[in-house]
Amino acid sequence: MNLTLKIWRQAGPKSKGEMVTYPVSGISEDMSFLEMLDVLNEQLNARGEEPIAFDSDCREGICGMCGLMISGKAHGPEVTTTCQLHMRSFSDGDEITIEPWRADAFPVIKDLVVDRSSFDRIIQAGGFISANTGAAPEAHSVPVPKPKADRSFMAAACIGCGACVAACPNASGMLFLGAKITHLGELPQGQPERDARVVNMLTQHDDEGFGGCTNIGECSSACPKEIPLDVINQLNKDLRHALAHGE
Amino acid sequence: MTDLHTDPVATAAPEATIAPEAPEAPEAPATDAPGAPDTLVHGLYREGEPIVDTKAPRGPIAERWNTRKFEASLVNPANRRKLTVIIVGTGLAGGAAAATLGEAGYNVKSFCYQDSPRRAHSIAAQGGINAAKNYKEDGDSTFRLFYDTVKGGDYRSRESNVYRLAEVSANIIDQCVAQGVPFAREYGGLLDNRSFGGVQVSRTFYARGQTGQQLLIGAYQALERQVAAGTVEMFTRHEMLEVVIVDGKARGIIARDLVTGEIETHLADAVVLASGGYGNVFFLSTNAMGSNVTATWRAHRKGAHFANPCYTQIHPTCIPVAGEHQSKLTLMSESLRNDGRIWVPKNAADCEKDPREIPEEDRDYYLERIYPSFGNLVPRDIASRQAKNVCDEGRGVGPKVGDFRRGVYLDFTDALKRMSAEAVAEKYGNLLDMYQRITGENPYEVPMRIYPAVHYTMGGLWVDYDLQSSIPGLFVTGEANFSDHGANRLGASALMQGLADGYFVLPNTIRDYLAKGPFPKLEESNEAVVEARASVDARVQKLLSINGDRSVDSFHKELGNIMWEYCGMERSEEGLLKAIDLIRGLRDEFWRNVKVLGAADTLNQSLEKAGRVADFLELGELMCIDALHRRESCGGHFRAESQTEDGEALRHDDEYAYVAAWEWGGQDGAPTLHKEDLVYEFVEMKQRSYK
Ligand SMILES: Cc1cc2nc3c(=O)[nH]c(=O)nc-3n(C[C@H](O)[C@H](O)[C@H](O)COP(=O)(O)OP(=O)(O)OC[C@H]3O[C@@H](n4cnc5c(N)ncnc54)[C@H](O)[C@@H]3O)c2cc1C
Ligand code: SF4
Ligand code: FES
Repeated sequence: MNLTLKIWRQAGPKSKGEMVTYPVSGISEDMSFLEMLDVLNEQLNARGEEPIAFDSDCREGICGMCGLMISGKAHGPEVTTTCQLHMRSFSDGDEITIEPWRADAFPVIKDLVVDRSSFDRIIQAGGFISANTGAAPEAHSVPVPKPKADRSFMAAACIGCGACVAACPNASGMLFLGAKITHLGELPQGQPERDARVVNMLTQHDDEGFGGCTNIGECSSACPKEIPLDVINQLNKDLRHALAHGE
Repeated sequence: MTDLHTDPVATAAPEATIAPEAPEAPEAPATDAPGAPDTLVHGLYREGEPIVDTKAPRGPIAERWNTRKFEASLVNPANRRKLTVIIVGTGLAGGAAAATLGEAGYNVKSFCYQDSPRRAHSIAAQGGINAAKNYKEDGDSTFRLFYDTVKGGDYRSRESNVYRLAEVSANIIDQCVAQGVPFAREYGGLLDNRSFGGVQVSRTFYARGQTGQQLLIGAYQALERQVAAGTVEMFTRHEMLEVVIVDGKARGIIARDLVTGEIETHLADAVVLASGGYGNVFFLSTNAMGSNVTATWRAHRKGAHFANPCYTQIHPTCIPVAGEHQSKLTLMSESLRNDGRIWVPKNAADCEKDPREIPEEDRDYYLERIYPSFGNLVPRDIASRQAKNVCDEGRGVGPKVGDFRRGVYLDFTDALKRMSAEAVAEKYGNLLDMYQRITGENPYEVPMRIYPAVHYTMGGLWVDYDLQSSIPGLFVTGEANFSDHGANRLGASALMQGLADGYFVLPNTIRDYLAKGPFPKLEESNEAVVEARASVDARVQKLLSINGDRSVDSFHKELGNIMWEYCGMERSEEGLLKAIDLIRGLRDEFWRNVKVLGAADTLNQSLEKAGRVADFLELGELMCIDALHRRESCGGHFRAESQTEDGEALRHDDEYAYVAAWEWGGQDGAPTLHKEDLVYEFVEMKQRSYK
């Protein structure tokens, strides 16, 4: 396959960026999208041009490190992560634009690499169950009904990639936040801190500069782990309860 | 003798990088007896004094850990705040330790190279975690888990360590459940278990195919809670490039801020390395792109012994290489072997055919043929080696990569007939979908293709029972140490070890060391600190200034090919000697001809890779030397010269029942081998047999 790539290049956090066009040839459909970029980077290196910076680590769709806006879609045309997208989803002659996640809360560091530490700070604000090591009761002392355990697991599958934010016209982080609220809130162990959790995490979310949710649903359609929109309903419900309880 | 280590930074600034002599720790005599004739074995290494683990208590095995916990000194809570511990790595081993030490009130500095601690490669583990809970009442016990792990490790691990691992395994599950880890449950609300990796009891806890992810998120959240509490300071996108040793003790690290490029000095009372495995020395492996040996290798160069570096686990069920562009390999859970049948065509002429058109009588179900009682469920090392054998015979399937087909069929046709497509999808759906996404082939219609891939490294820095390396104050946990899996790791036991080390073992043993602190305050102007930092600076500048013709990746790929070919599933003296030569040549060329563009003071991914590959080029040689000296087949180590008449692995307990701990030999020197004898008091050593 021969392709035309238009890629965002930006030298550093404060530099002005621009789209640069790179033709690539000899791409096989068995390559992953990132392997296609590896090929381009080898060519750039050989010509003495600095390779394009992009993030990836596990390359098997689980660490959440990769993430590109591919022709306007977060993680590209399939429901998967950028690293699991393969070139057979494209055709010979295609023009593909490649940009970083765009959101105030995810500033660009270089080229396609962004800073997502705002997600970690949201977790610091309350995305945990306080259980010091050694203080845990025997695991079977608290049974968890299977439907609740399954829903908790479904929400816990979030990989923290940030595609939901990138896809949202408001750059809201509510799907990510709702997923954590649901993961911990469905479990008996998560109850004691439930009210404080939602209030503190939401405050942090807003302070980081993420936008509000207006129920558009782009987040959930872009999510590689198919986190459903109803985790945001759960978030709102938990918030109402917390406020009613005087948190 | 040829120049052993051609890192020219050292030639340029010898003072800066030559490793000091290993500290004179009582458990690790560092040098030969004075006056002993200095003979090099194979012209490559010398034999040194044996070492012993002085920390393991004696007595009944079930009481040793309690004894050690009791004997280890305590640190007064008021003093803990004054003690700083650096932890490199935020996987299960590092993340759990940072959270736990933070909760205890120590001052912790935690480092990872990713943009968030949640992305450590523990996240990728699929299958599950073992624990001796005996929830199924099927005869499991601490002793049985201990026994299975020692046997699985082919009698090359320490009894005391493995028993402790089995003992704390049950606490891990309690801890994780309390944190909100959503393990699979039964309808009654209790935890579900499955049997894994060929053992006969169901002791594996799991969270669908994402167990590692869920365990790591538990540890990550506990860690972030401590960041919020102010006990842990988190340094993401930081790579440790050197360890700081002052007066023979580990007192800090030199790290590069990967965003600004700044070289930073971090000082502490103790340093913990939880930096994961080094499988990426093979270039292609199931490890993450950034997985590296740098943290442990730098420590090795400063005196920490490296134990059993050649012990590598090669996993039989990975998706085969598709072409030259391949950047990593993807594992598929070996649970697929429960229902899939493995075969290749009997005749090489059929290898290009559509497998569905090859009649039953022309198929060779080789595992079922050679091992009638275990069939497709033989252990990992055997399944991997036999796949290699049939491909080497020219009966491999799938596309040619180079001039060779590397793949065997994993066929679900019978299972689909027996169980219905829905039942297969229910059990294996996510794996089959992943296969389809990567290969573009539908496994419900065409047999899948699999091939072995490097997956885990049992070797690592040598540690004593306290998880302390041969450098006082330097502790090593998780996959980065060598301690618990012997020559072969059982499925679902690495997650167990990571969390055992992180939550329960290290926090109890490190206090014995920290009780001697706080150690004298260090200034950044201290000579050893300045020197460590200068060596890192010099290396960065050197890498950027070579400006040769070849990319870092091209060197990495070439090294990977050498390692895979000669130090992979089967090793021989001839092959290993050849590999050592090739690696030396490649390393030499690397330092003359690598091309790293960009600057030092910005995000520079080529520079990051270059530093990692430079260390792999040194490690690769030591792995080959270790493989060469171990003239036996054991666990994941198959030596062509040591097999039974029918081609099975042959161990030599009389000669090799020891841990091989290697001491760095200096820039132009040869490494020294120290042997730690393995004594079996509670388990009888037996040859494995699966026929
Ligand atoms: C695909 C796959 C599937 C697996 N499945 C299973 C399974 O089902 N069951 C099982 O028990 N085991 C499994 N394993 C093995 C197991 O996952 C690992 O052995 C284990 O998770 C390693 O944990 P760790 O904490 O030691 O290291 P890792 O999780 O690898 O963490 C390493 C950490 O060190 C940091 N780091 C590394 N180098 C540096 C440096 N120089 N500077 C700063 N930071 C650094 C990284 O950022 C990271 O935070 C699997 C492994 C793989 C690859
Ligand atoms: S909710 Fe989905 S899109 Fe958003 S961070 Fe999690 S996995 Fe990524
Ligand atoms: S690189 Fe890990 S999810 Fe893509």
